[in-house]
Amino acid sequence: MVDSALTANVRRELSKLQADLDALQTDNLRGQLERLNDQLSNMPTPASQFATHAVGGSMGDMQSTRPKEMSAEVVDSNPYSRLMALQRMGIVKDYQRIRDKTIAVVGVGGVGSVAAEMLTRCGIGRLLLYDYDKVELANMNRLFFRPEQAGMTKTEAAAQTLAGINPDVAIESYTMNITTLQGFDAFKASVTNADGASRVDLILSCVDNYEARMTINQVCLELEQTWMESGVSEDAVSGHIQVVIPGETACFACVPPLVVASGIDERTLKREGVCAASLPTTMGIIAGLLVQNTLKFLLDFGQVTRYLGYSSLTDFFPTMDIKPNPGCSNPLCPKLQAAYQQQYNSEEALAARSAAATAAAGAEAEAATHEDNDWGIEVVSDAGPAASPGAGSAGQQGGLAAGLQYSFPVASMDPYDLKKDAVEDSTADVDDLMSQLQALNTQS
Amino acid sequence: MAEGWDSGTKETVRKIPLLTVNAGPRDKDQWTKRLKEELQALIKYIQINKSTDSDWFTITSNKDGTHWSGKCWYIHELIKYEFDFEFDIPATYPTTAPEIKIPSLDGKTAKMYRGGAICLTVHFKPLWAKNSPHFGVGHAMCLGLAPWMAAEIPHLVDSGVISSAS
Repeated sequence: MVDSALTANVRRELSKLQADLDALQTDNLRGQLERLNDQLSNMPTPASQFATHAVGGSMGDMQSTRPKEMSAEVVDSNPYSRLMALQRMGIVKDYQRIRDKTIAVVGVGGVGSVAAEMLTRCGIGRLLLYDYDKVELANMNRLFFRPEQAGMTKTEAAAQTLAGINPDVAIESYTMNITTLQGFDAFKASVTNADGASRVDLILSCVDNYEARMTINQVCLELEQTWMESGVSEDAVSGHIQVVIPGETACFACVPPLVVASGIDERTLKREGVCAASLPTTMGIIAGLLVQNTLKFLLDFGQVTRYLGYSSLTDFFPTMDIKPNPGCSNPLCPKLQAAYQQQYNSEEALAARSAAATAAAGAEAEAATHEDNDWGIEVVSDAGPAASPGAGSAGQQGGLAAGLQYSFPVASMDPYDLKKDAVEDSTADVDDLMSQLQALNTQS
Repeated sequence: MAEGWDSGTKETVRKIPLLTVNAGPRDKDQWTKRLKEELQALIKYIQINKSTDSDWFTITSNKDGTHWSGKCWYIHELIKYEFDFEFDIPATYPTTAPEIKIPSLDGKTAKMYRGGAICLTVHFKPLWAKNSPHFGVGHAMCLGLAPWMAAEIPHLVDSGVISSAS
């Protein structure tokens, strides 16, 4: 559009523009200028004004600043012009919806901080940030944090920077460890509204350990909240993102990491586990993949990936669907799976899907122009049968082709073996046992 | 069981009773049953240690069984090194293992996370994951803390980071 305006008659167009500008009401312009000035003077204000600190702070202090309109005007001073252009380009239908979205970013490290910055620059409505750690100089090989922020909590430092970048975003920072009993409850409460339902649109897991992922998984199963998991390998050269929709996709407990402890000499305990490698590149790429998928999920465009891996050494990007495990060790998951299947097979859902298929077939029929088909060529779907329940951990081997075997050990023990090696029945109660234990401590 | 474990540890861990109740502290009713099993298994384990003259820790918990603490010691070249340890039962227990802390060694070794949590990632977490929910606090002591001390204390002594103060 801009190009077409700048054709042969540029000069004439420009003078016409000048005339238009002169005709514009100066009051209007002054008002705009004042607003911009206000915005500008707000920018360097300390983050604490924008961030609600859950620890020792009031959570009720929900900033009343409701999203102001995102301007689509193409001027240098409009921070949203390039984002709103997504609409003109036909990528996104209504970009402004992003102002109504709330995202929780759990773990403000190499991936989480960058993801939070991307969301902030995209004009997300509300950001909840979780971390218990402090900024250190050892973090400086990654993006986002600056050396002068060393010693601050990551949430505080991030809230400060993010509020400076885009004061339109409401930021809540939570300095807490979510894996402890109290942390779990506080985390769950912080993403729950007064009705007991989730108040966030999506939770992004940017944590670096199994315990925190299992905690997020548990909270999201309990709230039936969709979340996205992300991870970068300890050797810093690969990573992945994964979408978890409780009941519909595998939850994080459905497919446990394949851990095989073998050949470990206890005298050669590895130190790498403590001091993992990291690269700003891999972390930035994973954060980019994560937020791209988040935008597609929030604003309904493109295809939201269920799993996307990244192996940088071979430039390999595998994608896959991970089906839920009917034998999932988390008791909530199979219940949600059953509910999802019931919904999926309900009459309304079947009718909706068949209507969609008819519409798609209609569109296809219109597109097909071949009158004859001597060779009987036809297009077949490459999608497998929907939601065939895979073999659970129990009763393994059934349904596996010859020559294949499961790597993960059978989860449940043989009841007879367990009975033989388990604690014996005891009539003593907890108090009795505690005093027995105490007695052992004092006797030599 | 992993091939690399010494036969003594293997032998002992087989004798620690397995747990059957799959419940964490958030399951109010079931947790009491689980806690009973935890205590029974621990008592058995300590009795085994005492009977083989290899007692190496004391332990108690708060009333809810959610916070545990005690003393553990390690003998290196005939000198006894003793430490206070503690840990909380995580919200997602027993799917995830407890993080055992020795606060007095915080910052003194690379095999430790901030706050004094010993590194269990490589040698213990995989075993826990495979055996959940049948492993309990006693197993965490036997397969988590004991091998960590066996590997780390001699190293800390030899490099002069700790000395026999007592």
